[in-house]
Amino acid sequence: MITIKDISKRFGKLQALDKVNLQLHASECIALIGPNGCGKTTLIKIILGMVRPDAGTVLFKGKDVRNEDAYRRQIGYMPQIGRYPEHMTVGQILDMIKGIRSDETALDLELYDQFGMEELLQKKMRTLSGGTTQKVSAVLAFLFRPQVLILDEPTAGLDPVAADLLKEKIIKERNAGRLILITSHILSELEDLVSHVVFLQEGKLMLHKSALALKSDTGANSLAQSIVHLLKNVAT
Amino acid sequence: MPKEAMSTNKYLRIICWYTLSMLVYTNIAARVLEVGAGKTYSGIKPALAASHNEDTIKVYKGIYKEGNIIIDKAVCLEGVGQPVLDGELKYEILSVRSSHVVIRGFTLQQSGRAAMSDPGAIKVYDAAQVLIENNTLLDNYFGIYLQYASNCEVRNNYIKASQVEESQSGNGIHCWKSDSLRIIGNHVSGHRDGIYFEFVTHSVIWRNIAQDNLRYGLHFMFSHENAYITNYFKNNGAGVAVMFTKKVVMINNTFEENWGDAAYGVLFKELSDCYLQGNNFVRNTTGIFFDGCNRLMIEQNNFSRNGWGMRLQANCTDNTIRRNNFRGNTFDVATNGSLVLNHFSENYWDKYEGYDLNKDGLGDVPYHPLSLYSVIVEKNPPAMLLYRSFMITLLDKTEKIIPSLTPDSFVDKTPKMRPYIL
Amino acid sequence: MIRILKYVVIDIVKNKIIIAYTLMLALFSWSAFGLEDNTAKGLLTVLNLVLLTVPLMSVLFATIYVYNSGEFIELLVSQPVKRSAIWRALFSGLSLSMVMAFLTGVGIPLLVYTDVGTALIMLLSGSLLSVIFVAIAFLSAVIARDKAKGIGVSILLWLYFALLFDGLVLFLFFQFADYPIEKIVVLLSALSPVDLCRILILLRLDVSAMMGYTGAVFKNFFGSNGGLVVSFLLLVLWVIMPFYFSLRRFKKKDL
Repeated sequence: MITIKDISKRFGKLQALDKVNLQLHASECIALIGPNGCGKTTLIKIILGMVRPDAGTVLFKGKDVRNEDAYRRQIGYMPQIGRYPEHMTVGQILDMIKGIRSDETALDLELYDQFGMEELLQKKMRTLSGGTTQKVSAVLAFLFRPQVLILDEPTAGLDPVAADLLKEKIIKERNAGRLILITSHILSELEDLVSHVVFLQEGKLMLHKSALALKSDTGANSLAQSIVHLLKNVAT
Repeated sequence: MPKEAMSTNKYLRIICWYTLSMLVYTNIAARVLEVGAGKTYSGIKPALAASHNEDTIKVYKGIYKEGNIIIDKAVCLEGVGQPVLDGELKYEILSVRSSHVVIRGFTLQQSGRAAMSDPGAIKVYDAAQVLIENNTLLDNYFGIYLQYASNCEVRNNYIKASQVEESQSGNGIHCWKSDSLRIIGNHVSGHRDGIYFEFVTHSVIWRNIAQDNLRYGLHFMFSHENAYITNYFKNNGAGVAVMFTKKVVMINNTFEENWGDAAYGVLFKELSDCYLQGNNFVRNTTGIFFDGCNRLMIEQNNFSRNGWGMRLQANCTDNTIRRNNFRGNTFDVATNGSLVLNHFSENYWDKYEGYDLNKDGLGDVPYHPLSLYSVIVEKNPPAMLLYRSFMITLLDKTEKIIPSLTPDSFVDKTPKMRPYIL
Repeated sequence: MIRILKYVVIDIVKNKIIIAYTLMLALFSWSAFGLEDNTAKGLLTVLNLVLLTVPLMSVLFATIYVYNSGEFIELLVSQPVKRSAIWRALFSGLSLSMVMAFLTGVGIPLLVYTDVGTALIMLLSGSLLSVIFVAIAFLSAVIARDKAKGIGVSILLWLYFALLFDGLVLFLFFQFADYPIEKIVVLLSALSPVDLCRILILLRLDVSAMMGYTGAVFKNFFGSNGGLVVSFLLLVLWVIMPFYFSLRRFKKKDL
């Protein structure tokens, strides 16, 4: 569904991404992992068109996304740290985004209800805690039933209940055949979710394997262990 | 009978006889000759030939093309129903060569054009007591031309031409070497000069309107001791020019919208001993331009919304400018030198920012009407483009506080706090 | 774009600074006309508002607003919206608000106290200057990533157009007083929108002097209807050019 071809990006002296190639398919749930500053967020932003790559192309369903915007209709994005206009209320933000993505499809209000958004509608964004802001981000990401979900550290800052609700939602969507791209530092969290693992280091793609293959390769019995194994191996 | 009484009697008798004979004479001689279709005379020329002094020739409605008509008798030529005399662009229409002529109620059009003989629609040669009134003059070379005339009156004529080139056009009312004229209530437009005087003295120019003339609305030279009262000059090519003249009085005239590099509300060149009062100078490039003028008294005039209220060349001396209103002018006063031998007092300057602590109606701080930028523009005219920019305002303010470039003697020590009601 | 524009305008109109700006303009212009019995003097005050205050406020407010809209832009960029639509909406919203503030603040006293022609040319110039300096603000905001730097660039640009440019031209006048530089100066004035506006207003206020003195080139250019149209086209170009360049850069910008 998403093809990443020879993507390179440099920020000043830092080579954020170096000729990364990836193929992502529907109903996959891909964990994007790597040490801090390895280029995860940059890769996500390039897929979303927020950052322009120096070289290479991103194809969405076979179409180059450069200078395109319509393909984002099929993507739900939850940023690592959601930044919103401070003086707008939750309700206004939801309204505005709804207005912009005036899709025909019925809205997915599951998370909206579960997170109790109704009571927050009148609140200004600047008054919200980090966790609540993340809830708004999550609601927005799932609201339009997108075919692709890109979740950057989705559970960071969420309380355990909310994190659990979100996880369940992710599984549900994966089972419904969506492509899910997820980054997280909490490896245990990814255990039940991911079908594939992508490992980036210093802007280079080190590994792209299915979770099962990875476990059997490393001989570990959990994903978390195999990834730790992987990290150690790379380090040596 | 005393000697004196007898002589009185004798005088009385003579007067009686004279009066009687006059009456008889008039009754017999002063006839009315009618000209027109179906009248006694079909043309003006035959009627004139048949007329005597003091006859009245009534010309009825129609178009008369009789070439040059010479009036050499003291007749009254009167149009009934505005008959048209047409010069066919070849002839001078009416040549007045007798005194005591009256020309009234005609439309005169298309006089001949010739640079040498200066033909006019009506030309008066060496005559006195001629009255020209209520005529309409259209598209003539010269309109009304008086030379060596005296005690003549030109009244309520409408004079209009439509030439574009100065050289193709003569003056509306042109007077040369004349004396004691009265030019009253005429309207002149589209000529080279509206009213032109040269060597004309002791005359009155009252209630005339001269506008849209190619060169000057009013132009006079070597014409001493004339009075210009309540005239209106608007949008003439170069405004009004007055040169080489003494003892002129100008009262209550309006000079308006004379725009251009060399256009002036009034240009005074080599004038002396004149008096200007109650005139309005509105929206002219330059209200008054003084060049070589001496002993002029300028008082109670309004200068408003002119580019330059007045420009005094350095060769002017002993002029008094007092009790005038200067309002909304871009520059109130400009000069080209640093020597100032003229007197400003008690004028109202709207740019004055002083105060009046003793409440005598006069500002306590002297006013320097010459702005720095007017000095700069004087030397470098295109710099006008920068006027009102912040830089320039700053410069001007600085100069007002610490004068350095503008002459110190250029000052009104008693500026008025409130405008005069004029 | 209209939908985004709606939110931008609602947001700006609620902004305290823009309300204060409107009130300040109103206060200055009403008192300028009210305190002086002389309309010409009041007009001068308003002229300085138009030529100095309006550009400064527009450029500063717009620059700061664009930087503060970082989150807003980021949020929208990840949505299926064209980047150009976001930028245009922000620009239109800001321009609209600045022009509205100017017209409410200055427009009413101008129309009350002066003749329609003068009022219209003042209002048109002020509105155009507002939009032009919003466009300039967009350019500096997109060039400098850092907020403080961006504001600095904006203030410098304002300083240049409002003050320094005239100084430079004046310097040219004195340096080349003996040469016929009139034509060049007319051309030069096109390089500063503030000067273009000033000359257009000058032609109205000081028409008597302007018609007389600066000679044929000037009269033929600015005095004619054609010149008027050209001047306004130039001003419109001053809106379009900075905005176009800022848009081009914004489209390629990494967020």
